[in-house]
Amino acid sequence: MKKEILKLRGLKVHFPVQAGVFNRVVGHVLAVDGVDLDIFRGEVLGLAGESGCGKTTLGKAILRLVEPTDGEVKYISQDDDETELTSLEKKDMDPFRKKLQIVFQDPHSSLNPSFTIFGSLQDPLKKFGIKSKEERRKIIGDLLEAVNMRREYMDRYPHEFSGGQRQRIGIVRALCLEPELIVCDEAVSALDVSIQAQVLKLLMQLKKEKNLTYLFITHDLSVTEYLCDRIAVMYLGRIVELCDSEDLYNNTLHPYSEALISAIPVADLDKQTKRIVLEGDVPSPVNPPKGCPFHPRCPKATDICKTEVPTLKKYSTNGNEHYASCHLIDLPEIS
Amino acid sequence: MAKSSLDKKFDQIRKREEEKTFSTKKRSRIVNKFLNNRLAVLGLIIFTIIILASIFAPLLSPYDPMRVDLRSMRQPPSFDHWFGTDSTGRDVFTRVLFGGRVSIFIGLGSAILSAVVGIAVGCYAGYKGGWIDVIALRISEIFMSFPQIILVLLLVSITGQSLFNLMAIFILTGWGGMYRLARARMLSLREEEYVQALRSFGLSTFTICYKHMLPNALSPIMVNITLSTAMFILTEAGLSFLGLGVPLNIPTWGNILNVAQDILILQNYWWMWGPVGIVISVFVLCVNFIGDGLRDSTDPSQQG
Repeated sequence: MKKEILKLRGLKVHFPVQAGVFNRVVGHVLAVDGVDLDIFRGEVLGLAGESGCGKTTLGKAILRLVEPTDGEVKYISQDDDETELTSLEKKDMDPFRKKLQIVFQDPHSSLNPSFTIFGSLQDPLKKFGIKSKEERRKIIGDLLEAVNMRREYMDRYPHEFSGGQRQRIGIVRALCLEPELIVCDEAVSALDVSIQAQVLKLLMQLKKEKNLTYLFITHDLSVTEYLCDRIAVMYLGRIVELCDSEDLYNNTLHPYSEALISAIPVADLDKQTKRIVLEGDVPSPVNPPKGCPFHPRCPKATDICKTEVPTLKKYSTNGNEHYASCHLIDLPEIS
Repeated sequence: MAKSSLDKKFDQIRKREEEKTFSTKKRSRIVNKFLNNRLAVLGLIIFTIIILASIFAPLLSPYDPMRVDLRSMRQPPSFDHWFGTDSTGRDVFTRVLFGGRVSIFIGLGSAILSAVVGIAVGCYAGYKGGWIDVIALRISEIFMSFPQIILVLLLVSITGQSLFNLMAIFILTGWGGMYRLARARMLSLREEEYVQALRSFGLSTFTICYKHMLPNALSPIMVNITLSTAMFILTEAGLSFLGLGVPLNIPTWGNILNVAQDILILQNYWWMWGPVGIVISVFVLCVNFIGDGLRDSTDPSQQG
């Protein structure tokens, strides 16, 4: 039986837009606009979408690196205790900070250049009760070896490492408190392809060893295909499709996902793929279009798309749950 | 077969490694990098010499910097008086040494204290943002927009001329610049991902901003401390020249230089203002060299 680890309900993150002499609030950037999402223990959930669609903000809102405007983030412990995280006081967050960690995108700014690896990693350990220096050195050393690096590297400075190595150090940092869920925020996007494969393999291996759950944020659908159990596709701060990763590729329901998938290059000369080219840019999240947010770019848009906002409905493909928000799906809705 | 000399060297290194006597960390990295910068080392040496000479002035000179000796007025440099004597027969060399004490104390002291205040406020406000930042910014603007000379005049007329009043004014008008520098650095640093990572561990604001972020903001501040040391020494000289700075009876570099306002002395008695002018320039230059060296050695992205 699958058990949830996180439940997001109506999560919203709005950033105020200020203008004029007196910094009046003239509008809001709806970076994340009402996301409902369950993340199950032990799965890899991919979160895909274009730049600026709110993927990273969603990831950060879960960790409260960005304060959510509205909605709930519920953490369910292994003993089925539910805790609502967004309403917690800062210091009450601490036990959950241990459970939820993040790996960042840019390996060049994710390590503090003034400290050795040990120097910048030891403070979190100190805070969470590992008092002796020997013990801290042992934990970090063991983790470095777990990501195929040498124990001695902990006394080196970040500039002495390559991008791939730094990213592995970023993984060590996320792992050092033995978390349950790791948000991988474009964790491999900044690396070149051979290193990407190496780091992805490492992530999968660590997941097995340490029983981790990943929320894998990426704009690269070819990466998610091999990695994720389920994939959520985001557009303009909302989830437009959520299903098992195989179904996303074989039984695509939402026209936006179709367009994204058609853009994945295929390494086969004989195979002709039809590319769906989306016109224009992502509309401004300050002032999203009326009706379906995707309708100005949607090749299939009809009149109803211009007036009514579609909701995320449940369908069934291949016997699996498949959520999508589009008016034009022929399948019967299941409740 | 005999081993080549290269092999022997390798054996030695290996032996030392095995015995763990191979210490790679004799000196800290920052010190090493600083010592590699020749100009900075030269600056540090001269800086130290001038400071030591000022501290041990009574041992180096038999004269009293205040004693008037009318029999030896305006003597050119000689074996007895290295820098000659001034219009009241006081030994200029002795006065330069004693004057250094006060001038350096004022310059360095005000620069460091205003940096401490500016950094303490700037780091916290820059990292936290919000209303703390707005208030601190406005206060610093008020202090920076107030003319220094007027402040000096005000304070001198209220509390009288003294060294500490002067320093207080320097700190009051000087911390704003440091604050802005620290704040600006923190604003850009707080978006870096390692700061986000620290926040995701829920570390306290103090640990994050003073321990983890401050070292990365320090290099421009170091340079600024040295520059303002130089500036404060020059301002002190200027204010003393106007009779508003340190009381005239205390010898400072500014007070000694003061005599150059007389065209007669400027033309005929170069030793009364020349040496002290050179000492001020050399000292300020050394401080700037040290600042340059510090900037390079504390910048972790530069290897050396």
